[in-house]
Amino acid sequence: MIPAIVVFIYLGIVLYVGLFAFRKSTGSKEDFFLASRSLGPWVFLLTVFGTNMTAFAILGSSGLAYQRGIGVYGLMASSSGLIIPLTIFLIGTRLWSLGKKHGYMTQVQYFRDRWECSTTGTVIFVVTALMMIPYIVIGMMGGGHTLEELSGGLVPYWMGGAVVAVVVMAYVFFGGMRGVAWVNALQTVLFLCFGAIAFYLISRNLGGYDKIIAEIAADPKDSALLTRQRISPQEFFSYAFIPLSAMMFPHMAIMCLTAEKVTSFKRTVVWYPICILLIWLPSVFLGVIAAHQFPGLKMGESDDVILRLLAGNTDVIVAGILGAAIMACVMATDSQIMALSTMFSQDVFAHYGGTKRYGDNAQVWMGRAFVIVIAVVSYVLALALQGQKSIFDLAIRFGFSGFAALAPVMLAALFWRRSNKWGALAAVLWVVACMAFSWWLQVHSNPLAPKPGQPPVPIFAELGNLFLRTPSNVTVFGYMPVMFMCLGSALWVFVVSLLTRPPSRRTIDKFFPESKATLLPST
Amino acid sequence: MKTKHWLLTVWVLIVFALHQDVWNWTKPGPLLFGMLPPGLTYHLGYSVLAAITMVLLVKFAWPAHLEEDTPNDQQPPTKKP
Repeated sequence: MIPAIVVFIYLGIVLYVGLFAFRKSTGSKEDFFLASRSLGPWVFLLTVFGTNMTAFAILGSSGLAYQRGIGVYGLMASSSGLIIPLTIFLIGTRLWSLGKKHGYMTQVQYFRDRWECSTTGTVIFVVTALMMIPYIVIGMMGGGHTLEELSGGLVPYWMGGAVVAVVVMAYVFFGGMRGVAWVNALQTVLFLCFGAIAFYLISRNLGGYDKIIAEIAADPKDSALLTRQRISPQEFFSYAFIPLSAMMFPHMAIMCLTAEKVTSFKRTVVWYPICILLIWLPSVFLGVIAAHQFPGLKMGESDDVILRLLAGNTDVIVAGILGAAIMACVMATDSQIMALSTMFSQDVFAHYGGTKRYGDNAQVWMGRAFVIVIAVVSYVLALALQGQKSIFDLAIRFGFSGFAALAPVMLAALFWRRSNKWGALAAVLWVVACMAFSWWLQVHSNPLAPKPGQPPVPIFAELGNLFLRTPSNVTVFGYMPVMFMCLGSALWVFVVSLLTRPPSRRTIDKFFPESKATLLPST
Repeated sequence: MKTKHWLLTVWVLIVFALHQDVWNWTKPGPLLFGMLPPGLTYHLGYSVLAAITMVLLVKFAWPAHLEEDTPNDQQPPTKKP
């Protein structure tokens, strides 16, 4: 129970920080939804990083390393270390500038103006909002499970989930974006320290990491964990497309609008790969250690191996502090709830005349009301579908692919003046169709799924290796569907834009002022 | 596009390609410091290379014009009564 008490104290601190942010608020719309666009470089780095790191970074990565070995670091972390800061550099800075210049608070507002079409924006709103909900539900579930595990069952799942829901709801409701940013900065510091401390304490208790690795290398059953044998080269290559999703997540895009200056992005871009290294390296190591310590866990069961290692190898107080760090990751739901609230109040309420009719203050209260609605609905879903966690896990995996495949739409909007609404709409429909088809294929091929370590099997024998089923995924010629979704999305936006009418001169001049300058006669 | 930007684009593409270290696929050793397998050591180095790439982008291709383009007409936040 002591670790759980430590976690409760941590939750109290988080709540205090969030409520303190409320005292600093000005009460304006821009302040509640974007912290008055005032975040400095360090808070911005910690907040953006904390926003993007969910429970998966610690729990999921170690669970996956347990199953597939050290290759998980290259599969997910090192590619993200290049692609995510690159997208922040290319997309995040431009979104920030557009937000500041035109007052945008969400991506959808920008898309509506850039594509000169309300409907395309609405379609993107619906698709992105639907893809966000599983993340929030999984966060609630993660909170419930973590507290249950740390308290040895004394805090039941329903109560753990409720505590997390209430704490998050309270500081988002009162503190708005400033509360979310400050809490995220605190949480990021905590979980950046977590990995190194947990790794040191656990490996020391087990006799030193070099000794454990030597044992794993000598064990013919486990030695494959030190190589990439359990990951195919095709999967490894195509996985590099997944980090393209980062800047398409509404909570990440909206977070980019909170920076005070464009120079605030510099530190984030440079330090992001190092922050990823600091979190993922210990998590992957601990997953491999766990595979040697308690073998035989199935996919899904292995997600709590870090909690098991902590419980067995550290003092109860330390386990509590490290448990709090895990909660910090799990509670990344705050920025997702904030993003959905901002999108609803801005892209629906304000867009359809609510703000004009009832004023800015009403919009802020509408945003707050929506925070409560999302938190309550997510908690109820987390309770009602407790046994169906795998469905949400699956939805998140598809969500990553879907967001990644929307990246070409954003790139076209920002950098290609000829791109238009028809191209964007075609790409979005392509992404939706691909996700629906992949989902169907996944469910259809579940009975065929091979066991871990076995080769993939064709889903339709007559189509050969076109669609293959691995233990956990559907692939296309061995490659992850996300690769084809991204390439297809880029192709659709390119071809359809070229075949249809370009955007109006007014829109091009608004978003590409340099093109206006080149048309002017030189003096 | 300036030569500098072309060079940086090629650099980023090379770094992206370097992620595919197929030669480390099945090598369990030798272990660096007695604990780091070759595949992991390579990707730790890759993370550092990614950070260096970002330093180069920030130094030589920073979109400073975005700050200049942006109106700085925001009023300082006023305290709530």
